[in-house]
Amino acid sequence: MGELRLMKGNEVIAIAAIRCGGDAYFGYPITPQSEVMETLMAERPWEDTGMVVLQAESEIASINMVYGAAGCGKRVMTSSSSPGISLMAEGISYMAGSELPCVIVNVQRGGPGLGTIQPSQADYNQATKGGGHGDYSLLVLAPASVQEMHDFVVLGFELAFKYRNPVMILADGVIGQLMEKVKLIDQRPRWTNEQIAEISGSWITVGKSKNRKKHVITSLEMDSSIMEGNNLRLQEKYNRMKAEEVRFEAIECDDAEYILVAFGSAARICQKTVQIARKKGVKVGLIRPITLFPFPEKIISEYATKVKGFLSVEFNAGQMVNDIRLAVNGKTRVEYFGRMGGIIPPPDEVEVALHQKLIKG
Amino acid sequence: MSVLADRIKEIIKPENLVYAKSPVLNDDIMHYCPGCSHGVVHRLIAEVIDEMGIQDQTIGVSPVGCSVFAYKYIDIDWQEAAHGRAPAVATGIKRVLPDKYVFSYQGDGDLAAIGTAETFHAVNRGENIVMIFINNAIYGMTGGQMAPTTLVGQITSTTPYGRNVDLNGYPLKITELLAQLPGAAYVTRQSVQNPAAVRKAKKAIRKAFEVQALKKGTAFVEVVSTCSSGWKLNPVDSNKWMEENMFPQYPLGDLKDSSRADADLYRIKG
Ligand SMILES: Cc1ncc(C[n+]2csc(CCOP(=O)(O)OP(=O)(O)O)c2C)c(N)n1
Ligand code: SF4
Ligand SMILES: [Mg+2]
Repeated sequence: MGELRLMKGNEVIAIAAIRCGGDAYFGYPITPQSEVMETLMAERPWEDTGMVVLQAESEIASINMVYGAAGCGKRVMTSSSSPGISLMAEGISYMAGSELPCVIVNVQRGGPGLGTIQPSQADYNQATKGGGHGDYSLLVLAPASVQEMHDFVVLGFELAFKYRNPVMILADGVIGQLMEKVKLIDQRPRWTNEQIAEISGSWITVGKSKNRKKHVITSLEMDSSIMEGNNLRLQEKYNRMKAEEVRFEAIECDDAEYILVAFGSAARICQKTVQIARKKGVKVGLIRPITLFPFPEKIISEYATKVKGFLSVEFNAGQMVNDIRLAVNGKTRVEYFGRMGGIIPPPDEVEVALHQKLIKG
Repeated sequence: MSVLADRIKEIIKPENLVYAKSPVLNDDIMHYCPGCSHGVVHRLIAEVIDEMGIQDQTIGVSPVGCSVFAYKYIDIDWQEAAHGRAPAVATGIKRVLPDKYVFSYQGDGDLAAIGTAETFHAVNRGENIVMIFINNAIYGMTGGQMAPTTLVGQITSTTPYGRNVDLNGYPLKITELLAQLPGAAYVTRQSVQNPAAVRKAKKAIRKAFEVQALKKGTAFVEVVSTCSSGWKLNPVDSNKWMEENMFPQYPLGDLKDSSRADADLYRIKG
């Protein structure tokens, strides 16, 4: 029960995929996440659980293989890093439009273009604002530890099927490469055909029996009035996610005068910054969004009337800061601090930025 | 008029029936232009599925192209793939449902231009699927632009002075290339321009599905097809144009009939 192991974030993604009863993984190598598929291939889950693992010819192929297998009601996932996710964008949009569940892991690296293989959080906007074409949203989870890499695979599949929507785990190279203690779930069986029929029997394509209507997985609709209805249904689903799935962590916010907002590995650094600042007598707190979509706007707007300012700390040029500003709606100051290109600032650099941008400024 | 209607009513009786539409093909009116090959090939697929008794075990993957709506007409489960990605989608389905029948249905733009990589790699892996390839030498759906299969000199909306090799390269004989791949089991080129050809094409499609059941590798059926609208010809002239111009470039017949290659032929020595 609850086996403890010392593992890399990327490896644990693979192990969690097998242990939670995953049916298939399709992927294409890219640093800094190639260990996901390498671990799966070394584990050979097809011999034990029957899980399929296939190296595709590209990320375009992998996401479309995910589409095909997900359309059969299976629990399917892929993983990649930034440039690969860009290639998947069309397929992800198709999956959102066809309402197919799946888990997509993005272990982000720096961009734009080929950029750098060093860690980054520059795909925040891509992940939370769609990334592909059309009005759609992914449910986006941001792990800040190896344990969360594990837990969010399990949670990701639950949410993907609850909403019939792709879930993205937006990690970064730090969390992917980090080694930490992790508590693994025990092996769960893959769903039987009967279970799949019970969970998704109304829409899956598994061969049509004589007495049921054919099922068609598609995002296409030529009739504008029906298509608008489809769009409205999707929006209603995203609103349900906003009402039910917001997850965050608030650390030392109760008496805080300033609040840092950071996700993923940036939040780990900010946790230390909070300690440094508090030792110096500055009351600083930290809000760590765990779901980036839906964004924890309510808690931020609540604190907006209580604090002197927010500092958004991100390993990008300032993307999440815009969501914070929307939530704050002018009620207090919102500043940004970040580094790019794969540079990870130490906690005291963040503390200096807090002074310069908010406290002094 | 009413005399004719009465005569017709008299003729339409079960005992006079010489041919019936397969129930796997539904009664919806197809959106295809008159003289288009797509509808005929749909019928053949439906008949094969019906005759093999595999309606409840078959999943089709439709492309982006004029046949995007194939799922409207053949009464089986379908997935509609992104442009060019049907072989990857079919791979995903087949890998998690290895005992079902899975086929992709694609046009030449879909299969041999934007989806070339997915096509090649699905066949190279020897995916146990059927791939149906409608080669009409043009992009029908988007209004008659050049396809990779467009013939030299052929006029399309993006080759208004005829396909020019210096600018556009050569007609892509992708079926010949695919036949070289060790994962291919059965590769054939057919057409549906007359009843004899239709019967042969149906046999080939049936064989492709049987190859899939035996898990011998990929079964690939090209159908050299007409696009009366894209070619701006009436149905009769389309058939003539196809026979005169397409068949010499895309000769009909089997290109491969075996099974996927023995892995030992490709194995390292030690
Ligand atoms: C990514 C993408 N690019 C372009 C298109 C536009 N498009 C739709 S169908 C098509 C060509 C289809 O031609 P073909 O595959 O030959 O099928 P046909 O209509 O001739 O049967 C194109 C370019 C699209 N839907 N998606
Ligand atoms: S445009 Fe061409 S391919 Fe499309 S339906 Fe008409 S004839 Fe057929
Ligand atoms: Mg075409």
